[in-house]
Amino acid sequence: MTVDPNVFLAILAMAAATVLTRISGLLLIRFVTIGPQQRKALEAIPPAVLMAVIAPTALVTGPAETLAAFATALAATRLPLLASVATGVIVVAVARALIGA
Amino acid sequence: MAPLIVAVMPIGLVFGAVAASKGLSSLEVTLMSALVFAGGSQFVAMDIWSHPASWGALGFSALLVNIRHVLMSASIGTKMPAFSGPTKYAAMLLLADEIWAMAETRAAQARLSAAWYAGLAVPFYFVWVLASLAGSVAGAFLGDPKAIGLDFAFPAVFVVLLMGFWKGRETGAVLAASAAAAVLSHQLLPGVWYIAAGAAAGVIATLVIDQRREACA
Repeated sequence: MTVDPNVFLAILAMAAATVLTRISGLLLIRFVTIGPQQRKALEAIPPAVLMAVIAPTALVTGPAETLAAFATALAATRLPLLASVATGVIVVAVARALIGA
Repeated sequence: MAPLIVAVMPIGLVFGAVAASKGLSSLEVTLMSALVFAGGSQFVAMDIWSHPASWGALGFSALLVNIRHVLMSASIGTKMPAFSGPTKYAAMLLLADEIWAMAETRAAQARLSAAWYAGLAVPFYFVWVLASLAGSVAGAFLGDPKAIGLDFAFPAVFVVLLMGFWKGRETGAVLAASAAAAVLSHQLLPGVWYIAAGAAAGVIATLVIDQRREACA
C-alpha cells in the first residue's frame, strides 16, 4: 500500500484537468448568452460525443464488437439499461469465442 | 438509477484490475478513482501509462478526454435553476457522462432538484471508488476481463445512453458525421483527438442542416 510521488503527481494533474473541464461550462454560461442556434449546437454535442467515444470500438475493432454494439443498440429500443448492457456483454463474449478474436 | 449503479460496478472492477496489471498499488487506484472520477480518462491513462508516470502527458490526455465536460456542464447548468450557487458547483464535481445523461433526461421531463441529483451522483461516486479498489485487489483472480466480455460493459453503456438521444433523421445525420470523423481521426492521429473531432463534426452537421432549413423557408 504505497503511493509513488510520480504517480501521485500524475493523479493530481488528471484531477485538476478534470475539475477544470467540469467547472468551466458553468462559468461559460454565466458570461455568454445562449441563443437558439447556440442551443441547437449544444444539444447536438451529447449524442455526437457519445458516438465519437464508441465509434472506434463499435466500427473498427473487430466483427465481434461491431455485432455486439448493434445488438446493444437494438436491445436498448426494448429493454432497460442493465439488460441492454448485459446483452452487449454476452454477445461480445459469444462472438469472440466463435470467431476467435 | 439502480441499473446505472449496478452497471458502473463491473466497469469499476475492470478498471481496478487493469490498473493493478499496470503496477498501480490499491491505494493509488483508489486515489485516482476518488480524485479524478472520470472513467474514460482513467482507462485512457492506463493505455498510455509509463514508468515513471508522466504527469504532463497524463494531465493533458485527461484534459482532452474530458473536454466534453465543458459543454456538458454548460448544457446541464442551464437546467439547474433550483440549485443554489455553491450546490451547482458541487454538483459539477460529480458530473460523469452517465450522471449527466440521466440528469438531461430527467430535466426534459421534470424540474431537476439538487436532492434528485445527489441521490444519483453520490451512490454512483462511492460505487465507482469501491469497485475500483475491489478490482485492484481481486485483479489477479479475475483473470482476463476480455474473456467474459466485461471490457465491453463500458462501450455498451454508452450505446444505450446514445439511443436515448435519438430524435429522428437529424440525429442520424449528427451521428453519421460524428462516427465518420471519429473513426478517421482515430486511425490517423495518436491519442484521444478522435473524441474532439467527432464532437466537432456532429455540431457542424447540425448547424449545416439548420442553415439549409432556414434557406428553404
